[in-house]
Amino acid sequence: MHLLLYVLRRIIQLIPTLLFIALVVFLLVHLLPGDPASAMLGDRALTADVNRINHELGLDRPLPVQFLLFLRNLLHGDLGRSIQLHQSVVSLIEQRLPVTILLTVMSALVAVVLALPLAFVAALRRDREADVLIRGTFQIGLSMPVFYIGLLLLTFFGAYLRWFPVGGYGDTFASHLYHLFLPALTLALSLSAVLMRNLRQAILSVIGAEYVDFARAKGLPARLVLLRHVLRNALISTVTLFGLQIGTLLGGAVVTETVFAIPGAGRLMIESIYGRDYPVVQGTTLCLAVVVSLTFLLTDLIQVMLDPRLSR
Amino acid sequence: MKAGLSLEVKNLSTTFETPLGAVTAVDGVSFDVHPGEVLGLVGESGSGKSVTLRSLIGLIHPPGKVTGQVTWNGQDLLSVPPGRLRRVRGGEIAMIFQEPMTALNPVLTVGLQVEENLRAHTALDRGQRRARAIELFDLVGIPDAKRRLENYPHQFSGGMRQRVMIAIALASNPKLLLADEPTTALDVTIQDQILKLILSLRDELQMGVVLVTHDLGVVAGTCDRIAVMYAGRIVESGSVLEIFDGPRHAYTRGLLASVPQAGAERGPLLAIEGTPPALSALPTGCAFGPRCSFANDACRATRPELAEIGPGRQVACLHHETVAASKGQFA
Ligand SMILES: Nc1ncnc2c1ncn2[C@@H]1O[C@H](COP(=O)(O)OP(=O)(O)OP(=O)(O)O)[C@@H](O)[C@H]1O
Ligand SMILES: [Mg+2]
Repeated sequence: MHLLLYVLRRIIQLIPTLLFIALVVFLLVHLLPGDPASAMLGDRALTADVNRINHELGLDRPLPVQFLLFLRNLLHGDLGRSIQLHQSVVSLIEQRLPVTILLTVMSALVAVVLALPLAFVAALRRDREADVLIRGTFQIGLSMPVFYIGLLLLTFFGAYLRWFPVGGYGDTFASHLYHLFLPALTLALSLSAVLMRNLRQAILSVIGAEYVDFARAKGLPARLVLLRHVLRNALISTVTLFGLQIGTLLGGAVVTETVFAIPGAGRLMIESIYGRDYPVVQGTTLCLAVVVSLTFLLTDLIQVMLDPRLSR
Repeated sequence: MKAGLSLEVKNLSTTFETPLGAVTAVDGVSFDVHPGEVLGLVGESGSGKSVTLRSLIGLIHPPGKVTGQVTWNGQDLLSVPPGRLRRVRGGEIAMIFQEPMTALNPVLTVGLQVEENLRAHTALDRGQRRARAIELFDLVGIPDAKRRLENYPHQFSGGMRQRVMIAIALASNPKLLLADEPTTALDVTIQDQILKLILSLRDELQMGVVLVTHDLGVVAGTCDRIAVMYAGRIVESGSVLEIFDGPRHAYTRGLLASVPQAGAERGPLLAIEGTPPALSALPTGCAFGPRCSFANDACRATRPELAEIGPGRQVACLHHETVAASKGQFA
């Protein structure tokens, strides 16, 4: 009951945030140099043609009017039509966003699967070989740019060993997973490094707590002490960080989709930016922002569930 | 009624590495606790009482080091395999921690924290564990037990948390209870009630108790024997009667003198002059020497060993006879 009210309150609080995001997205797109007409017609277009197209697109109206129209359409679930692809933006996003979300979820999972056990090993073997090795490896991973790691993995596992495809998306769910594995791993590496470092530190700060000693004094098995008493408390800070990192992960997805030629929303966004395809840029940016906001909400919820002290 | 077990501690020492070098927080401590016996462990703050209790059941973290022998049920707890130690902890030997505000896990319901002890040490099923948890809360005086089991530690006051911790410690009917100031956060009536509860379990289960306390009134009312600690060592031990009647160590005398006597004029508390030495800078000879009015060159030259001066009566003072003879000088 408490939790439900909390969720409702948080969703209502989300509305002004989303409005603000819509405004920023709108302004960004319209204040960008260049315009769709010249992008479509090339550099030598006649001013008259440019003006005609701008008029057709409604771009010659005052900005506030354009923004209100944008909002009105938004409320009707209409994000406009793509200038280049001659499709409604909503249908484009419907095709492309699930790809990006699948990629992001996969990389988040891979990151957690890597970070969780390694953080434990590193913390429990603090300053010994295993710890130094784990931290050193992740440090190297962290200092390389995402696209570079992507290219390395692509070259080695894709082109050289031929274990994984070097790009594309496939057409069944299983082949989606197969195609997305390398990209997800690429994205996951830096996130798992960040998570690992944070969780290791959190475990170290919790493991000496009095309540952990008290749990040991009860004669609980070591596994239970670690999972129930240490991990649950250590996770509180790591979950927060994880949520904050989802934005970064989506940003990384944009790059990764380009490197691996994956037809996701990130690549759609990049292409539409080059083409000055305003409606698509607006639509994709807005959707990604909504996804990030929803992950923040989800993060907060998980936190409240992990830490009963927060639930009021 | 179950048969009780004895704890025999021999030459227990606990050393910590600190930036100032190794400090020995517990230094060659020996004592026994028999079934159904309550041993009071007293001494100023920092004298090593909590570290002693933690050392007994292996709760000292490396690089802290514990040496000596802790014999329980024919085995040395300092070297038993982990599985055996787990069965002893919480099942046969339970500990009440000193600090109720930090000893409970903030993210788990208190009910779960009681039940996990029962789960580890009894064959009770879910429903029985819950019933036992409610019974325990009733025993330690937590009202509305059924509902309270679902609550988290932050929803309890300090005194209530202390009672929760006591309930957890008593959950599996331990044969030895290590109680580190179990009643500090409680008001006097509840304190009385808790001590009575512990004493009734002692009678019922032949449970031995090590009771750490600052309150000599509590010692007089509950303990059979006392061990007085100073700077990591036991400086005097014996039956409550003997020690209250005729302390043989100047430090014990000081402690006793600082207790306001019932019926006496309420005057300022007579505290022992000075402060305990830092463990990293112990004086040579007797650690209490610098604060002792009986001390002479001999005390500064050699550290007095704890010596038997009667049946079950020990003291570590070169001048214990003089101390005993100089009655009245303090009070
Ligand atoms: N982990 C540790 N590392 C270094 N020193 C420690 C550690 N734990 C305890 N000590 C030191 O050991 C000494 C004894 O501490 P202990 O907690 O046993 O005192 P105490 O008699 O219980 O005091 P109090 O009455 O205040 O509870 C203190 O000087 C303390 O600083
Ligand atoms: Mg203490």
